[in-house]
Amino acid sequence: MPEVLIEQVHKSFGPIEVLRGVSLAVEKGEVTALIGRSGSGKSTLLRCVNGLETIQAGRITIAGHTVSTDKAALRALRRDVGIVFQSYNLFPHLSVGANIMLAPRIVKDASRAETRAIAEEVLALVGLSEKFDAYPDELSGGQQQRVAIARSLAMRPRVMLFDEVTSALDPELTGEVLAVMERLAQDGMTMLLVTHEMGFARRVASTTVFMHQGMVHEQGPSKALFAHPATPELAQFIKSDIK
Amino acid sequence: MIFRSFGWSEVWFIVQSAQWTLLLTAMGLVGGGIAGFLLALARVSTAPWLRVAAGTYIQLVQGIPVLMILFLSFYGLALAGLQLPPIVAAGISMTIYVSGYFAEIWRGSIQAVPKPQWESSASLAMTRAQQFRYVILPQALRLSLPSTVGFAVQVVKNTSIASLIGFVELARAGQLINNATFQPFRVFMVVAALYFAICYPLSRWSRRLERRLHARSAH
Repeated sequence: MPEVLIEQVHKSFGPIEVLRGVSLAVEKGEVTALIGRSGSGKSTLLRCVNGLETIQAGRITIAGHTVSTDKAALRALRRDVGIVFQSYNLFPHLSVGANIMLAPRIVKDASRAETRAIAEEVLALVGLSEKFDAYPDELSGGQQQRVAIARSLAMRPRVMLFDEVTSALDPELTGEVLAVMERLAQDGMTMLLVTHEMGFARRVASTTVFMHQGMVHEQGPSKALFAHPATPELAQFIKSDIK
Repeated sequence: MIFRSFGWSEVWFIVQSAQWTLLLTAMGLVGGGIAGFLLALARVSTAPWLRVAAGTYIQLVQGIPVLMILFLSFYGLALAGLQLPPIVAAGISMTIYVSGYFAEIWRGSIQAVPKPQWESSASLAMTRAQQFRYVILPQALRLSLPSTVGFAVQVVKNTSIASLIGFVELARAGQLINNATFQPFRVFMVVAALYFAICYPLSRWSRRLERRLHARSAH
C-alpha cells in the first residue's frame, strides 16, 4: 500500500471543475513533485490531500488515514501529515520556540521538557537553533519558512506536503529552504510537493507528475521525464521554464 | 429665592455620586464583556442558527437607544408585574447595551485575523477550541484593543442615562447642585473633571497595554 494514494479525485469550485479525475501514488520514503501551470490544479490537489479542501468524488488515503469530512478523523490524519504553505503562516504572537512547541504540547499532550527537546532538535535540523526566542517578524522569509518546516516536523509526521514553499522567496533565500527539504528527502521522509523549481524536482524528486487542465497529463521518474517529455504540453512547459 | 453657595460639601456630594457612575460602568463592562464575548463567538460559529440569532440580537440592541432599553427593563417589566430594583434594571440595561457593541467589535477583530492562521493551526491537528484559545483570540485581542477601550469610554459617559430612573450619578448630581447653587460653570467643570479623571486612565492604560502586546510580538 502506497503511503499516499489518490484515486479518481474530482473537485469543483462552483461551476469550475479544477480536478477532473486525478490519480497518483507516492510510496513510502519517496519524493513526488507536482508541476504544471498556474490553474492546473496542483495546489488544490495538495490541499485536498490533508482535507483543507473537500473533494466531490474519488478517494484519498494518506499515512493510513482516509480523507473525510469528519472532524476527528481529519485531526487524526493531520497529526501524521504536515503541510508547509507558500506564505509561511507562522503565529506572529508567539516566539519561534513557542510556534514549534504549541501543537505538540496541546495536541499530543507532550510534557514541557519533551516539547522543548523536540523544538531544539527540529530547529537544529533547519539550521536555526539560535533563533529559538526570536519572533517571526524578526526573521527573513527564508528563515520563517524554515521555522514553518520545523513546526510541522515537531509533530513527527509520516508525510510532508509542501505547497510552493519557495514561491514567495528571492533566489538566494530559496536555496536555504530547498537545502532543508533535500536533507529531509535524504533522511527518508515521504514528501509530496508542488513546486516551480524544476531543477529541484529533477534532482530530488524520484517521481515528477505534470498536471494539465485538472488531470495528470504525464508522470514518471523525474530524470527521464525532464529529459524526454512524451507530450508536447510538457515539452512546452519545460522549455518555457528554461527561458 | 436664596441660592446655596458652591462649597466643599457640594463638591463632595458630586465626588460621592461618582461611585454610581463607576458602579454602573463596572456592571456594564463586566456583564456586557462576558455576554459580548459569548455573542462574538456565536457570530463566528459554524452553526448558522447561532450566527443568525446572535446577529439579530446585536442588530436589535444597536438599533434601540439605550434609554429605551432602560425604560423597558424598569417601567416595562414593572407593568408586566416584575418590579426590578433600579440597580438591577440599570445593570441589566447596561449589560444588554454594552454586549451588543462589544460583540460586534470583537467579531470584527476575530474575523480580521488572516484566514491562513486558521488553516495552519488546523493543519497542526488543533481542535476549533484550541485554534481560538491559542492562535486566533490572542491576535484578535491585540486588534480589538483600541476600539474596545474607545467604546468603554463611551460607556462611562453613557451611564448618565441611569439618572432617568432615579440614580444620582455624576451628571445628575451636577444638575442637582447647579439647581441649588446656580453656578453652572463651576459645577459642571467639576463634573467634567471627574468624568475625565475616570476616562483618561482608561485610555492611558489601553495605550500601555497595546504597546506591551505589540512589543511582545516584535521584540
